[in-house]
Amino acid sequence: MNNETLIPKLGVITDIRIDTPDIKTFRVVSPEGKKLFEHRPGQCAMLSIPGVGEAMFSITSSPTNTEYMEFSIKKCGCITTWLHAAEVGQNVTVRGPYGNPFPVDDVFAGKDLLFVAGGVGLAPLRSVINYCRHYRDRYGKIDIVYGSRSKDDLLDYKEIINEWSNDSGVNVHLTIDREQEGWDGHVGFVPTYVKELGFEPNKTAVLCGPPIMIKFTLQGLKELGFDNKQVYTTLELRMKCGVGKCGRCNVGSKYVCKDGPVFRMDQLDELPDEY
Amino acid sequence: MRKCSLKDLNALFGKISESATLYIPVDLENGKAVYKKYSDGMKMSDALKTERSAKDFFFPQIETLMEFKTEGKNIEIIDTRTETEDFVVFGVRGCDAKSLEVLDKVFLAEPVDSYYQNRREHGVIVSFACSRPSETCFCQTFGIDPSEPAGDIVCYKTDSEIIFDAKTEKGKALMSKLDAVTENGGEEQVEKQKAEIKAVMDKLPLKDLKADAFGADKTNEYFDRPEWAALSESCIGCGTCTFVCPTCQCYDIKDYKTNKGVQRFRCWDSCMYSDFTLMAHGNSRNSQKERFRQRFMHKLVYFPTNNDGMFSCVGCGRCIAKCPISMNIVKVMKTLGGKENE
Amino acid sequence: MQKVTRETLIEKAIALIAEEKVNRVLGWKAGEFSYDVTPAVFNDAESLKKDFVFTDFCGANFSKYLVKETKKDGKVLVFLKPCDTYSFNQLLTEHRFDREKVYVVGIPCDGMIDENAIKAKVGDGIISVTADGDKIKVETLYDGVKTLDKAEVLSERCANCKSKKHVAYDELIGEDGEVADSNRFDQVEMLEKMTPDERFAFWQEQLSRCIRCNACRNVCPACTCEKCVFDNPNSGVENKAAADSFEEKMFHIIRAFHVAGRCTDCGECSRVCPQHIPLHLLNRKFIKDINTFYGDYQAGEEVGSRAPLVNYTKEDIEPVDAVKKGDE
Repeated sequence: MNNETLIPKLGVITDIRIDTPDIKTFRVVSPEGKKLFEHRPGQCAMLSIPGVGEAMFSITSSPTNTEYMEFSIKKCGCITTWLHAAEVGQNVTVRGPYGNPFPVDDVFAGKDLLFVAGGVGLAPLRSVINYCRHYRDRYGKIDIVYGSRSKDDLLDYKEIINEWSNDSGVNVHLTIDREQEGWDGHVGFVPTYVKELGFEPNKTAVLCGPPIMIKFTLQGLKELGFDNKQVYTTLELRMKCGVGKCGRCNVGSKYVCKDGPVFRMDQLDELPDEY
Repeated sequence: MRKCSLKDLNALFGKISESATLYIPVDLENGKAVYKKYSDGMKMSDALKTERSAKDFFFPQIETLMEFKTEGKNIEIIDTRTETEDFVVFGVRGCDAKSLEVLDKVFLAEPVDSYYQNRREHGVIVSFACSRPSETCFCQTFGIDPSEPAGDIVCYKTDSEIIFDAKTEKGKALMSKLDAVTENGGEEQVEKQKAEIKAVMDKLPLKDLKADAFGADKTNEYFDRPEWAALSESCIGCGTCTFVCPTCQCYDIKDYKTNKGVQRFRCWDSCMYSDFTLMAHGNSRNSQKERFRQRFMHKLVYFPTNNDGMFSCVGCGRCIAKCPISMNIVKVMKTLGGKENE
Repeated sequence: MQKVTRETLIEKAIALIAEEKVNRVLGWKAGEFSYDVTPAVFNDAESLKKDFVFTDFCGANFSKYLVKETKKDGKVLVFLKPCDTYSFNQLLTEHRFDREKVYVVGIPCDGMIDENAIKAKVGDGIISVTADGDKIKVETLYDGVKTLDKAEVLSERCANCKSKKHVAYDELIGEDGEVADSNRFDQVEMLEKMTPDERFAFWQEQLSRCIRCNACRNVCPACTCEKCVFDNPNSGVENKAAADSFEEKMFHIIRAFHVAGRCTDCGECSRVCPQHIPLHLLNRKFIKDINTFYGDYQAGEEVGSRAPLVNYTKEDIEPVDAVKKGDE
């Protein structure tokens, strides 16, 4: 019988990192200790605990990581709550990769890149940021604007400070929503900060975060002279099959799991407003 | 063509049953027709349509996808798939036969759904021309000719005989096993019946319904139409239209805990249900208007956009007969489709 | 009984809108055929004159729509048949809508027709159905015009009508009827006479046809929970399809228990079932048992009445005796 995409592979959680009070990053490998499958930056996978459920998560580790995959998961529903209570050694099932990736090898090549993320929205961008850092010479300047409610809610904080910030040609701009003791960085919302920073509109931008952040950041970028065709984002809708058949993530004639999750803003403009 | 006298029909059914599981439409006590597995002496229904469509044989309401055993932190994944036995579905009408082509576009597109493919490969469709269509029939709107339905073997039933016209390799293979219970002939009756069907089609109340106004790439034309509000106003948000529809294919995947482990199954789902798009942090279609619109936009615009103009409706009329509030795709098409449908 | 006509209702509706007593009307809109009328909201005289219909196929119970309708601005006019008014009162008893936002015109009813009953008599291909006193004329595609007695094609619930009396209204059209002496428990008694095995087989056969479309639940005026247990992933009984034959029955049995003592026997569940499962028989069994154990009780007869299952009196039967009686 043919291969069946709905039948998952077995994975083992080998490391659990507590990122923020409600986000943990899970490292997953095959039972043999190898990477389960290859993916492209921005693609997703279905993780499941039998009896609890199955859900789609972005693969947050870079494809250039040859040893394992990582998933940064915010505690908000049934499966995520269960995973947050799990321990190292826990088996999970994994299937994928699903969806289309960011166009890192064509559109992004040679361009200055601007990544804008809010909260757990950094998770889907981490794989593409690290991919671009890995192939640093293929891209121009990289700017990363990242904000969260508080310092404790900043995802991948150690990696940002110890690695991203030290790269040449990579500028990280962090912000938190409100003043906090021990924080001497920028305070304010992401969209306002993006406007304050006043980027040149010759960059390719990638946005991920709460809908309200996307909306106002996009407005700000347009004011700075950006065009919809220069801006990418990644969507999140309820999914079950991951391959454009179960109908759940259907918006207009697109299926977010198959035709997305990565969309260019002008492509989203063509879709009915149901995402 | 081959033919078989109606009085020898049970012998023919018996012969088919020797090599495959046979399903035929039979009448329930309440007069409604349903598919049942054939057993000796069973009488085939004369009803035009079965209550549920032939979709059930290929995409059943519920099916196990796989099983798991869990112990402590360990999980074992068990592939429970087996090769489906050969089966024959007898008495499929043109609309339902066409619906399988619609479903093929979804389930046989890459990555192929092996559960569906398995059943398609092992199932033989014996379709029947419709000599007495119902007032709710509108298959011709979608280019279906009920006098020449799709199917592996196409049948024409007269007062005394059934005439068989094998169309595909699978159909011919089945036909060749029925030599002892059939004989050559029937061409004349078939031509006569085709002409009669064409005459009847011109009398159907929905004969002038056109789908031309809909189709690929018309999302912006229809999505924001104000008429959706009134059309969906009395929709009670049940899944009747979806579940009796031969082309609706949305599904859910769920886990079921048994004594021995976990069964992962899939079951029909409906875009009309409020929880269809519900996520932990919100719902992308909050009102029944949006959900109602999704179902019809999908059939009339989104599906054709992705499938070379093919509509995801075959005009079987089940939704017309069964919607609790009598709202249906015909009313939607007439309301939105402009003058030519009035 | 006075036959209420479309014109009478339109006239009444237009007058009430003109007097600003209501700003819209919940009524019926014609379909493609005689029998497929759709509930619709009408906002003005023009649309009423154009599209409003009232025929023998206007069976839908409008009471539940009021839960949604009364959340809108202004007062809505609703035409209620006698049986609908029981659901209306029951919903009020359960505080499901604001009475002040509804204007009820009670309309007489001599029974609604079940198109499936016509099809059972004349087959497929019904072009039109016209009422003619006690008879109906059915124009068919294949057999010309057939004349049937209306009585033989009535909905089951109308053939066994429990009441022609309105228990709620702001005004009535025509004279009110009486509570009827119906035979609605006859079928329940037949089921009671079966052996447990026969009865199990009966329900197994019926409920195995269920496709879990939820039409029965969604149409039921007693099912107005904001979130049904069967839709709630945290309830432990959420299910969209029956995973086994136990779950096939579970949905309907739980639903029957949930509406016990509150079900007015409006019969909408059986009317809408696409699989023609006689769901009303489950509810009628409960109604019959409640009548037997606690004395006659009709849900919805008056607003605010305490149903026997949510009330206690010293005369209440002991559970152990109820079980014994149930075994008899």
